[in-house]
Amino acid sequence: MINKEMNSLDRVMCSLNFKEPDRVPLFLLLSLYGAKEMKVSVKEYFSNWKNIVEMQIKMREKYSNDCLFTFFYAALEIEAMGGEVIFSQDGPPNSGEPIIKSNKDIEKFEIPYVKNNKHLSKVLKATKELKSKVGNEAPIIGVVMSPFSLPVMQMGFERYLNLLYFESNHFDMLMKKNEEFCIKWSNAQLEAGATAICYFNPLASPNIIDRNTYLETGYKVDKRTLSKIEGPTATHLASGIALPVIDDIISTGTEVVGFSSSDDLTLIKKAAKDRICLIGNLNGVEMVNWDKSKVEKEVKKLIKEAGDGGGLIISDNHGEIPLQVPEEVLLEISEAVSKYGKYPLEKVKDDE
Amino acid sequence: MNLFILLKKVVYVKDNDDVASNLKKALLGVDKLKTSEIFSEIFSQHNSFELIEEVVLETLKQIGYEWENGDVSLAQVYMSGILCEKFMNEYIPKLKLDKRNSPKIGIGVLLDKHSLGKSIVSSIVSAAGYEIKDLGSGLTPKALVDLAQENKVDIILISTLMLPSAMKVREVHRMIKDENLNIKIVVGGAPFRLDDQLWKTVGADARGKTASDVIDVIERLE
Repeated sequence: MINKEMNSLDRVMCSLNFKEPDRVPLFLLLSLYGAKEMKVSVKEYFSNWKNIVEMQIKMREKYSNDCLFTFFYAALEIEAMGGEVIFSQDGPPNSGEPIIKSNKDIEKFEIPYVKNNKHLSKVLKATKELKSKVGNEAPIIGVVMSPFSLPVMQMGFERYLNLLYFESNHFDMLMKKNEEFCIKWSNAQLEAGATAICYFNPLASPNIIDRNTYLETGYKVDKRTLSKIEGPTATHLASGIALPVIDDIISTGTEVVGFSSSDDLTLIKKAAKDRICLIGNLNGVEMVNWDKSKVEKEVKKLIKEAGDGGGLIISDNHGEIPLQVPEEVLLEISEAVSKYGKYPLEKVKDDE
Repeated sequence: MNLFILLKKVVYVKDNDDVASNLKKALLGVDKLKTSEIFSEIFSQHNSFELIEEVVLETLKQIGYEWENGDVSLAQVYMSGILCEKFMNEYIPKLKLDKRNSPKIGIGVLLDKHSLGKSIVSSIVSAAGYEIKDLGSGLTPKALVDLAQENKVDIILISTLMLPSAMKVREVHRMIKDENLNIKIVVGGAPFRLDDQLWKTVGADARGKTASDVIDVIERLE
């Protein structure tokens, strides 16, 4: 199946099945970037789900993007749980004061009812509308926070690490509640029309939690949760390295893994080949200062090292393009993927 | 003083390498009890705060390097700092020691409330025997500079998680320059690790690539 131009969904599905599509798929994970495109504040942008629908469609066309991304912001789940969200002009909204401050709060904590929640329903409405507009032309990527990583926002990192290491009963209690929420929230998005769920789980990376602790704790949570999500999932480590835990991540049952610009490209491709699709790993922070030749160099290197045989989706390594990245850089990435990402990968190899 | 010479001081009962490697193992395993035993062992063998301080600092630096190489996790770095700070603070009163209060060091988080990095650095700087003033989290550049002035800080350590917060260091730098203040800026956190040149772009005087790096940076800027 080569050379004939495919639509985005077919291109992605082909790569997910470790076959070579017409070209390497490109997922520019643009969420708050829509506010920049629309020339409104981040707060205003996310106040109306229709803005997300309009901008996702516009940005997909503008950047030849192979996905629609219904991610609002990570703190949305905290907002849905009654927490505070702090908006800023030049970055993603952040969660404010933790909603869990003691073990008593864990005992009292109740998960929100997904379908009636005013914050979550904005995402469901946007997903439904996007699905009605694009049908099977392009994948719609929904997003959830993993139950294991969500407590960083629910209770603050430091309190959470104390819970993880020293309070196993309350850790288990919180995981049980978070798992239930994550499964319901994921399945509601799939039901609304999402093609797959991006399962953000930075704490699974050994950059954040050592592998032994992860295997005793988060791994079990991920395995239980992912088995109950009724659609394909992509585990994203949000800039964290994936290689040392790639076998563990594969055995949780996920289909895709987001890898880091710090992962060794050759080794991770070897470890992933025909077992899990890779998504990544352009450095979103450095991207702010890239010029055309740097874009070409980075895109070519990625395709050359990890493109063979499918199983690669080009993206940034964090799971969200920063507002500070100039649109010219995004256009150049898109152009470079079209130029060097065509299968069979002769051009990128010839150019070396 | 390097670790080898240092550990020579505790030779007479225990094999030197064991002390440092056992401390590292206890810290990375987040083993409170074992860490406490090791502190007590060093203290009982050689009644010196300097020795505890040096062993702890070298061990934390080693853990910092291993984090940089991807061999240990952020959680282990954090818990190691917390455990060392806890036990160091238990021994300081026993030895009737004061912490070093020169240069005056302040630490803060710009814009957001992610304070893990701040806590890690605070623990390590404190474990190295320095007084460190917590200027808070979620600060605007102006609030940070005002607090630094109020507290007569010589060096501000700025911890960041997100790129927008890292970019705000530029404003801190501009305010310090405009007001002709003699305050050095040291930055750290994910954006500065992901982009090697960013600390220069935003006008910082130095960057700590790992939390334990900060001690060398402070000594250099003193």
